[in-house]
Amino acid sequence: MSTQPSTAVAAQNFQSSVEAALHPSVRGRFTKILVLGATSGIAEATCRIWAAEGASLFLVARNAEKLAAVAADLRTRGARHVDTAVADLDDTDGHTELLAHAINTLGGMDVAYLAHGILGDQAKAEQDFNQAAQIIHTNLMAPVSLLTWLANYCVQQHAGVLAVISSVAGDRGRKSNYAYGASKAGLSAFLGGLRNRVDREGVTVLTIKPGPVRTAMTGQMKGSERFADVNAVAKSIVKAIDGHQDNLYVPFQWQPIMFIIRNIPERIFKKLNL
Amino acid sequence: MAQVASSEAEISDTPRFESWGRYPTFEGKILPLHWQSDYPRVLEGVHNGALPVGMGRSYGDVCLLKGGNLLLTTGMNRLLDFDPATGLLTAEAGVTLAQILDFAVPRGFFLPVTPGTKYVTLGGAIANDIHGKNHHIAGTFGSHVTQFGLVRSDGTSMLCSPTENSDYYAATIGGLGLTGVIPWAQVRLRPIVSRKIDYRGIQFHGVDEFLDLTRQSQHIEYTVSWVDCASTGKNFARGVFMEGDHSKVPDELKPSPEPKLVFPFDAPGFALNHLTVSMFNTVFFHKQMKREVRALQDYEPFFYPLDKVLHWNRMYGKRGLLQFQYAIPWEHAREGTIAILREVAKSGLASFLAVLKAFGDVPSPGMMSFPQPGITLALDFPIKPDVSFPLFERLADMTLEFGGRLYPAKDAAMTAAQFQAFYPQWEQFARFRDPLLTSSFWERVTGDRPSL
Repeated sequence: MSTQPSTAVAAQNFQSSVEAALHPSVRGRFTKILVLGATSGIAEATCRIWAAEGASLFLVARNAEKLAAVAADLRTRGARHVDTAVADLDDTDGHTELLAHAINTLGGMDVAYLAHGILGDQAKAEQDFNQAAQIIHTNLMAPVSLLTWLANYCVQQHAGVLAVISSVAGDRGRKSNYAYGASKAGLSAFLGGLRNRVDREGVTVLTIKPGPVRTAMTGQMKGSERFADVNAVAKSIVKAIDGHQDNLYVPFQWQPIMFIIRNIPERIFKKLNL
Repeated sequence: MAQVASSEAEISDTPRFESWGRYPTFEGKILPLHWQSDYPRVLEGVHNGALPVGMGRSYGDVCLLKGGNLLLTTGMNRLLDFDPATGLLTAEAGVTLAQILDFAVPRGFFLPVTPGTKYVTLGGAIANDIHGKNHHIAGTFGSHVTQFGLVRSDGTSMLCSPTENSDYYAATIGGLGLTGVIPWAQVRLRPIVSRKIDYRGIQFHGVDEFLDLTRQSQHIEYTVSWVDCASTGKNFARGVFMEGDHSKVPDELKPSPEPKLVFPFDAPGFALNHLTVSMFNTVFFHKQMKREVRALQDYEPFFYPLDKVLHWNRMYGKRGLLQFQYAIPWEHAREGTIAILREVAKSGLASFLAVLKAFGDVPSPGMMSFPQPGITLALDFPIKPDVSFPLFERLADMTLEFGGRLYPAKDAAMTAAQFQAFYPQWEQFARFRDPLLTSSFWERVTGDRPSL
């Protein structure tokens, strides 16, 4: 370094400070990340970005074999540490112990990323309350339990980002998936209120609302070229976390689309097939 | 919890899987594999045959199965281990070579062998035992695969390497996906210090000049030629001999940018005719103004000039294109190549992207591998029903007469008799085939049916 002309060093310093200003988080503070539902497609794509940047990750998922494959991939891609725990997040009684263990292992926590959830079977939920209750338990009750603990931890630290995957489906109930939509509507409302409470404590709450995402599963389907690429979605999420954003529709086109859908008068909306 | 909240999309359309030549086309049911544990569980209740597939970059029907199930592997794309001391990368087989390069290049590593597109999967590279511009030095892709897993439809799982289950190792390399599903594989990457290629392009006229240049450049890692097959007379078999080595001058190893261009629509059938292709070939030949050009070039345009435009195959329209690639042993390589190029020029059927290369004598580990020492020529033709197929059949017969063979990954038209003459070991290979796995190609060239 010392042999370099000083202007070059200055330019380099300038560039890195610009970068730090643009991305204060990932390369700076946000290096310890807790991921709940780490084997989901969006979570995995997001973690690959963090791994390449050298983050420390604690991954939680239900299936040990899948979790091991994801962890090996993230280690190979350059994550500083990857630790895992197999857990069924439906079991809310185990949350306290799980979260304490995760944060202890990470040695702190800069970001908690909640990406677990189920689509469920809407047709079944229309006939069987247990199915609807399962969807609402997994998508709403479990995150509420996790977020209650995590928010209090972050408030104590006066820092942290809680990034949670909700859905555009929560913006208005539709006949095709209203049980799922109800769980996500509840989650979005909970996150809005939580943000209102903890923002003044230095804690960021990010509500992520993805539209249809192209994955290996949908990649060959007609019209899938119009779906969002899972890696592009992941990039947007990382950027939103870096920027301490409150809400993220991803891809962004879903924001105006959902604005229109929310504002269709009920007497028309109830006749539509959505 | 396994299902993701993001699968918000409600899709009812039938999935569609096309090969790169877009001929033939068959409906097949897609069964995606996201995890190694998905196979063979995904086959529960399946009785009509299945075939593992990746990016669909093979041209004909080796990646198709009419009325069957396509096991789409691209969701299994995790990197499992990398040792920078040895260059050994272990990855799930659905990872693409593009994804491997994105990982490896910034770390100072490159593929040991690469085809003309980086959008193929690791599993597909093994199953077709692909070759590249360095065949004369490095052999086929399979030569650099140190081990892989193989799972049979009955759930049997084995590790295959040159020393362990070596019979299945040999049958699976170049085995067209028929011996089982490869969940993961290990490949030895090679070190580089720069993205750049020291490139040299030299014009030549005729096959003899091509052979002279080939002899002179034995020590150069990458060699390949583009040849004009539309011209006759004094321009017959003119071309550009392209050679290159990885630059030895250390340079920034940044990852490649994402491709931005997409060929937006299916070109009409008449777009590629003798006139337009002749014009293209003349322009391409004279783009290189001098007899010899040297340049320091990024590896992307050197190896993957067409990857810059996604879906470039749409240029050939809805009817698609027919590929033809032979390997003729040295004994008849010169006369065979001249005769076949004459036949193509005489037919007046336009072909551009004609690629000529000498294969070296590094033996392929695969039982059914295509490359053999001699000359290989790859052509592609737009499909014109009354013209393309008769020409193809003549060319295939000529290939046989000259002791050569055709490349299954690029074939949509060879007959069962031709295939069985090209690959007399096919019956021995058939003993390693998984009883539930088959392809439209395999059924066409063997008349075989899945036994379940």
